[in-house]
Amino acid sequence: MGNIVPSHGAASALPYLTFIILLPIIFGLIVGVLPKDKGGIAKVIGGIGMAATAVLAVAIMFIFATGKSGYQMVTDHTWISQLGISWHFGVDGLSLFLVVLVALLAPIALYGAQEKYRTTSFVAWVLILEGACIGSFLALDVFVFFIFFELTLIPTYFMVAGWGGKERGKAALKFFLYTLLGSAFLLAGMLILAGLHQSQTGTLTFDLTELAKTHLTYSTEVLLFLCFSAAFVVKTPIFPFHTWSPLAYKESPIAGAVMLAGVMAKLGTYGLVRFDLTLFPRASYRLAPLFLTLGVIGIIYGAVVAAWQKDFKRLVAFSSLSHLGFVVLGIFAFTAQGLTGGILQMFNHGIVTAAMFLLIGMITRRTGSWQISSLGGIQRVAPVLAGITMVVVLAGLGLPGLNGFVGEFLILTGTFLLHRWWAVAAAGGVILSAVYLLWAYQRAFHGTPDEGIVSRMKEINIKESLILAPLIALIVFIGVFPAPMLDRITPTANSIVAHVDSANHVAPPSTGAKSTLSSSNGGGK
Amino acid sequence: MEHAVIFIPIIPLFSALFLICFGKKLGEPLAGWIATIAVGASFVASLITWIGVLGSHGIDRTFIQHLFNWLPVGSFQVQMAFQADPLSVTMALFVSGVSALIHLYSIEYMHGDKDFPKFFIYLNLFVASMLILVLGANLLITFLGWEGVGVCSYFLISFWFERPKAATAGKKAMIVNRIADVGFLMAMFLAFQSIGSLNYSNLISSAPHISHTTLSAIVVLAFVGAMGKSAQFPLFGWLADAMEGPTPVSALIHAATMVTAGVFLMVRLSPLLALAPGAAHFITIIGIITAFVAAAAGTSQNDIKKVLAYSTVSQLGYMFIGVGSGAYVAAIFLMVTHAFYKALLFLSAGSVIHGMNDEQDLKAMGALRALMPMTALAFFVGWMAIAGVPPFAGFFSKGDVLLGAYQQNIFIWLAGVITAGLTSYYMGREFCLAFLGKRRWEEKPKVKKSARSSHAVKEVHPHDPGFKMLGPILLLACLAVIGGLLNLPFASSLKVLEHWLAPSLGVAPAPLHAASSAVQWVLAVVDAIVALGGGYIAFAIWSKKSKHPELEPVFLQNAWYIDATGDTVIAKSGTKLAEISADVIEPVVIDGAVVGIVNIAKFVGVGLHRIASGFVRREALIIAGGTVTLLLAVGIRGGW
Amino acid sequence: MTVSVSWYLILGAILFTIGVVGLLVRRNVLIMLMCIELMLNASNLTFVSFARQHQDVGGQADVFFVLVVAAAEVVVGLAIIVSIFRKRLGATADDLSSMKG
Repeated sequence: MGNIVPSHGAASALPYLTFIILLPIIFGLIVGVLPKDKGGIAKVIGGIGMAATAVLAVAIMFIFATGKSGYQMVTDHTWISQLGISWHFGVDGLSLFLVVLVALLAPIALYGAQEKYRTTSFVAWVLILEGACIGSFLALDVFVFFIFFELTLIPTYFMVAGWGGKERGKAALKFFLYTLLGSAFLLAGMLILAGLHQSQTGTLTFDLTELAKTHLTYSTEVLLFLCFSAAFVVKTPIFPFHTWSPLAYKESPIAGAVMLAGVMAKLGTYGLVRFDLTLFPRASYRLAPLFLTLGVIGIIYGAVVAAWQKDFKRLVAFSSLSHLGFVVLGIFAFTAQGLTGGILQMFNHGIVTAAMFLLIGMITRRTGSWQISSLGGIQRVAPVLAGITMVVVLAGLGLPGLNGFVGEFLILTGTFLLHRWWAVAAAGGVILSAVYLLWAYQRAFHGTPDEGIVSRMKEINIKESLILAPLIALIVFIGVFPAPMLDRITPTANSIVAHVDSANHVAPPSTGAKSTLSSSNGGGK
Repeated sequence: MEHAVIFIPIIPLFSALFLICFGKKLGEPLAGWIATIAVGASFVASLITWIGVLGSHGIDRTFIQHLFNWLPVGSFQVQMAFQADPLSVTMALFVSGVSALIHLYSIEYMHGDKDFPKFFIYLNLFVASMLILVLGANLLITFLGWEGVGVCSYFLISFWFERPKAATAGKKAMIVNRIADVGFLMAMFLAFQSIGSLNYSNLISSAPHISHTTLSAIVVLAFVGAMGKSAQFPLFGWLADAMEGPTPVSALIHAATMVTAGVFLMVRLSPLLALAPGAAHFITIIGIITAFVAAAAGTSQNDIKKVLAYSTVSQLGYMFIGVGSGAYVAAIFLMVTHAFYKALLFLSAGSVIHGMNDEQDLKAMGALRALMPMTALAFFVGWMAIAGVPPFAGFFSKGDVLLGAYQQNIFIWLAGVITAGLTSYYMGREFCLAFLGKRRWEEKPKVKKSARSSHAVKEVHPHDPGFKMLGPILLLACLAVIGGLLNLPFASSLKVLEHWLAPSLGVAPAPLHAASSAVQWVLAVVDAIVALGGGYIAFAIWSKKSKHPELEPVFLQNAWYIDATGDTVIAKSGTKLAEISADVIEPVVIDGAVVGIVNIAKFVGVGLHRIASGFVRREALIIAGGTVTLLLAVGIRGGW
Repeated sequence: MTVSVSWYLILGAILFTIGVVGLLVRRNVLIMLMCIELMLNASNLTFVSFARQHQDVGGQADVFFVLVVAAAEVVVGLAIIVSIFRKRLGATADDLSSMKG
């Protein structure tokens, strides 16, 4: 059995993780108390905070030891002893790149968005959101996770409601209530689990590693699994719990959309792996066909609906549904390839979606519209912008050599090993993503530009290219040389799969000649 | 010397990157020259690699250059690695060679285009991808190149993106290829599941040990991928639409190189294919259907490039007949010679289009022989070569394929010979319409909008092009004449290509009825007679008159309506599905369920909210009443 | 005759009832506030009585909390009432329904 639940991971000399969580939150509070008219200063201070966070994230990435599956740089202190809550954080292959993703996207969202009014509070909210997201990804105490998980809602709500579009109030409320409802189930499930654990051992704790040792009957496990999943399927979102997302993405400001789709969607898929698979391996295994099916429906359905969207932001919302369906597929495939691909694809999706939203923001700022029908012929007027968009589009449709392919291919390979027909169905998404992305690209960028486009559409400027540059660089780099990331993710993925397999007493999927030598009709069934 | 293999794809790739950064500053024609030189350098690297491979023998002729681990996940290990062996070096030589010529041609052809540097970026990227495709040491690297050429083809077909037709054609090519690519993906999944590796060496060594069904499934799925890329029935419609791209693109991508990728893949997998005769039959049948259907469609086209497009589809069908009947060398032989004469034909057609100010309608040409003598000569050579008239290249290569077909099944051979007659006929028709007969372009002086703004609409003065266009044409014409020397059937020692390629190929099961030397002579004579006969019929019919409606039925002009049907069914139903999903299912069913729950909550809330009237004393009374009731309830339960 | 604890309790109950009835019957906001004070003090009396009976200072301690809360309530309540009277002359409780849900 893999050591997914080590009693104590490798502790580190410096509490890097505490720093990286608190740093943005403290900076956020500092910016928050600045006078309203000090927007410029707020941006500078916020930038310093984010830069420091990013430096820390990169440091963590380099300190992180390759080839180990357990938690690293663990910080563990009793926090509220009466309730058994501890300040317990650690990083492993699952959370490492998600933390990096947050630290990367937060400044990009802030500087790429260019919100012109009430800058101080905007900067403060982005910083607090950054800290809360990092906290959620690193928490190893379920209660602390829950606090950070809920804390992400507040900045998001205010960002959508304060800086959003016409229907921002409705969008913010729908998003808030929908996710809150899911979280209510998570809270209930968490308390029940802790209660059961206390009745068995006599100690009240919310520590993930301890709770994983709780003995559960199968039916209880399924019940708790569903409670936990409720929060995550809404957050991700997974079909059919996605209806808040098109509205929220459309109405939120670009920075909000980048954070919502780029980072917060990963809270859901992360939660599925970290909590559902760790705490409830049997229920996860038995209910995997349900989730695989929902994932496949999401892939196909999201792509089909995306094809018909007339609005770029809604299109990205549905394409996210489709892409996140792949992540779900990878998670519930229970093979090392599938899970590794799923974890990598979380990162990839964040990069690609963020880039898409930023590009939409640039086009909107120039033309005043994100309606696809009001655009056309942009490639003639702004060829560089069009070229960058093309790269992002190709990454989105999974072109080999760009990052989207690596994740998608590993997911499909991993799924194919154990769940062949789901992989076959999901491969349809490979076709459909080309259909809706290229069609949208054709409508907006090909053709002859009309006079409005010619007069208002400007080529991308230096600042904008600098903001996009790291994303494009990552898209290409991960596509060509993903090995450094895969080497860090795979051990964790292996141990999670081993954990699920051992709880269900199944052998890992067999590949290669040995399986086919033993069974003559290994394939082609 | 084999180490030069890495430079073959890298040089054009870096050239493309360089041009992305500086292409605009360099402008015309410098960007074009840099791109051309890069591809030329790639050809030199291929030559060096070739010499290196020649230096070793037998199994050592496979040299694999590992660069780094591309996708290492547990038991799944894919290397970024390139393979130099007789097959891949042959492919690299002809791909980089033909590409270099077409690059040179493009410098003149694309003169004055607004996006001149961009064209060469795409072209370089394409060549790099194509070389990655042929040099890949495992299926996934091949897939990397495979998708790369697909995307470059998309860029280049929709190069004149302001024309809606071009943009749509590019998108269609990409999507049809993606549909087929799912087959390729599935083949890789299955290969990994059953063999545990995607390396060609492992696939080939493990092939005898895995079950027959699995093997057939892998081969058939890979062939599905090949059907898209190589435009086989019924997925060939995109190739005709792809003629919206600039003519050098049609020559390079949609005739000489990219579309042959499917044939290459199947030949690369020939050791597997040789063990799966059922799959091989399937390939043969698809091949012969495609060859015939496309050749028939070619007899009725009026666009100078569309005739060549259907001709390409038909010739690719021949290559698959070769692959399916186990004549792998013949398939490669035909592929190489086809690259020569089809590139020649396309470039000549481009020269005609260039000289006619972007006129592509055959019915509006005629009598160009006198005005464009060199082009006419080149086109004539192309006609003879593709028709299979001895001693041109096509005679030998097509003869080898037909011999392979004959040894498998005489009916397939028969269909192949009939198609060969059609080939000679439609090429003859095209030649006659374009170069012989009367001048028809002066009859209807029409105002035609030029695709490239720099070409103002002016009077038509057809002329032979300059040396940058004519040079490649004449060089290809020479190759089309002497290409047969690669693999002469007269003696075993003259079968150079066969001996050279042998280590890379699978050994097909011995033919059911091997043809004796005498029979082979008879077959060759039949081929020659059919080729000449088809050509003569075309000459007799079309050299005088340009209108024979009875010989151009509408269903052939529309290519049997196969593509139109697919378009209608798939595109219409798909659009409808998307519309229903987005406008009905999403808001009404799924969000409706959510909104429904919200409405229930709202309804309950509205009912309860009457209690909160806001009148202090009423609310106080409710509180008091509630307290009393509670106390009473507690009291009564307490037995009081 | 000794005054037993029950007398205090009865007095507390009577005072509380007067407070409740006053709160429900009177319309003047000021009087209503006084009635609430009456109810609070009635419960204070009950607390003290029980504290005496059970010999437990806890009840007396609670009285201090109640007193503090009552004082705070008077401060806030009176302030609100004053501002209401300033805005609309002679308003009664029934005219105020801005808290309607």
